[in-house]
Amino acid sequence: MNMPTPARQTARRRSVLPGFGMSAAITTLMITAMVIIPLAVLGLRAASLGPTEFLAAAWTPRARAAYAVSLGASLTAAIVSSVCGLLVAWVLVRINFPGRRLLDSLVDVPLALPTAVAGLVYSTLYVERGWLGRFLVPMGVQAAYSWLGIVLVLVFVSLPFTIRVVQPVLESLDRDTEEASRMLGASRRQTFLRVILPAIFPAVITGFALALARALGEYGAVVFISGNMPFKTEIAPVLIVSRLEEFAYAEATAIAVVLLVMSITLLVIVNGLQQRVARNAQ
Amino acid sequence: MHHRFLPSGPVFSPSATAFAALLVAAVLGCSGSSTGPNGAAEHARPIELLNVSYDPTRELYRDINAAFAKHYEQEHGTPVTIKQSHAASGSQSRAVIDGLDADVVTLATWPDVEAVAKSGLLRGDWQNRYENSSIPYHSVVVFVVRKGNPKKIVDWQDLDRDGISIITPNPKTSGNGKYSFLAAWGAALAAGGSEDDAQKFVSAIYRRTPVLDTGARAATATFSQKGIGDVHLTFEQEAHLEVDESKGGLEIVYPKRSIRVDPPVAVVDQNVDRKASRHAAEAYLGFLYSPEGRAIIASHHLRPWGDTPPPPAVGETWPAIETFDIGFVAGDWNNAMKKFFGEGGVFDAIYQPQPDKQPAKQAGNQARTQGGT
Repeated sequence: MNMPTPARQTARRRSVLPGFGMSAAITTLMITAMVIIPLAVLGLRAASLGPTEFLAAAWTPRARAAYAVSLGASLTAAIVSSVCGLLVAWVLVRINFPGRRLLDSLVDVPLALPTAVAGLVYSTLYVERGWLGRFLVPMGVQAAYSWLGIVLVLVFVSLPFTIRVVQPVLESLDRDTEEASRMLGASRRQTFLRVILPAIFPAVITGFALALARALGEYGAVVFISGNMPFKTEIAPVLIVSRLEEFAYAEATAIAVVLLVMSITLLVIVNGLQQRVARNAQ
Repeated sequence: MHHRFLPSGPVFSPSATAFAALLVAAVLGCSGSSTGPNGAAEHARPIELLNVSYDPTRELYRDINAAFAKHYEQEHGTPVTIKQSHAASGSQSRAVIDGLDADVVTLATWPDVEAVAKSGLLRGDWQNRYENSSIPYHSVVVFVVRKGNPKKIVDWQDLDRDGISIITPNPKTSGNGKYSFLAAWGAALAAGGSEDDAQKFVSAIYRRTPVLDTGARAATATFSQKGIGDVHLTFEQEAHLEVDESKGGLEIVYPKRSIRVDPPVAVVDQNVDRKASRHAAEAYLGFLYSPEGRAIIASHHLRPWGDTPPPPAVGETWPAIETFDIGFVAGDWNNAMKKFFGEGGVFDAIYQPQPDKQPAKQAGNQARTQGGT
């Protein structure tokens, strides 16, 4: 009982990580300046419209069609991107082949390339006269100026996220468990479904969420390949730009707010899903 | 915000960052531009001017700037350098309203300059400061067709023929697109048609337009690089650039009549007074009306204002074309913006799904390239 108690010291004991106060301040400042203030101004701008004006600006048939194009294409692209990203990550982690390092570094190219260039290149490839289009268009595959084209470029811009999120998890996966699973008589399929997939699934979903967020915000790549036909391939950001052209700031912001609310809702759902999967996996 | 300007060349990268920039503009928008960092400090010589212009004038102002700098220094002994900024006209106008420190604006359409005036940066009488309502040069909307004009497109009515596919940018986002729309409308009226006829004709044209690019140069790439469409509607000076670039693959067709494209210029009063650069800025725009300025303008296939305009090159002449202006088409720009391009206007109506037809939803994976096949 007379041992010197560390209690008084704990009160003053500092976190094992140095510089907590400083880093907390910087974090708060950064998030406030970079995210919260701009979002608040966005909200204020949109709030300068009354509810009826807001609806008239943001909920026209044409705007609804544009949201549908934006959300539909982004969801599809995120799904495709997640599946393909998992495959690519698997190949890069598990298979050793000449050129693997090169391939691995190519994965990041879509992050560095200005997306407008990607959109231009894709549409040039897939038009009737293009290198790929000359084979695909006669087969009835119209990838330039179509919904399919939007999905294609969105997969391009979102693929690095899904690959890079799954890759480290795959790398850290213990091969012993797989071997044990096989030794205990599980088939390859069972090993994949029961042992590997539960371990990487949370990462796959995180990748999906990142891909979705990336795709929803993309503008530059899409306008060059979508053709921007109202009610068909027009994405919501193009509508925002056309309203800005009329100097209708508040109306443009209203559309942006709806798009933002939709994406945040989607991301919250995906995050919830991810947490549930992660809990089940433990 | 911190802008840096290179003496010439692209300052803003186009579409990729445009959306982000626009959103920022939308958010910060009318919140009022600040008075700028360094108050009304007396401008030390040499003078520096910023000309905020739109995309297709990049080459023109490079030449004008060089000639004017020499001219001004000779005349007044003050060296002057001019920086230029080019992007889509509408977003340039917004940038100036939001605080971009322009001494002069040389934009594509009247509404773009008028928007700057409405923000209080220009005095209301800006149109009367220079001759011809401050429009130092004009252009016309012409047709660019494939070599040898295989579809025999010679005038407006040929555009509404089976199998013709037309390239023109989205009039809601592009000044070039607006003028093409207005040209088609006016051509229908000038040919003796009623408003209904004009609406039918313009609707037919957009039904034959498979792609609506957001800007003029993107539409040019669609037509000339990707080989889509039979005819591209664009400004005369842009048509010349496109045809030169194609090395014989394309040619220009002048319709009988077309719209006169009138890009106005203005000195940004508040900015030049604060920067004490009014004298040079006014002389700069005045230079566009001088014999030397007019010759440079003409060499870029823009038609200088005034009697006996100099030809584009020695031995060349300006092809004759009957023109009408915005007044003929819609009364004035405000009216045109509201009637044609505003929310729920004529252009929107073209794409309104027919009530009896299911709207084509995103589920259809094929682009419907109407009239293209």
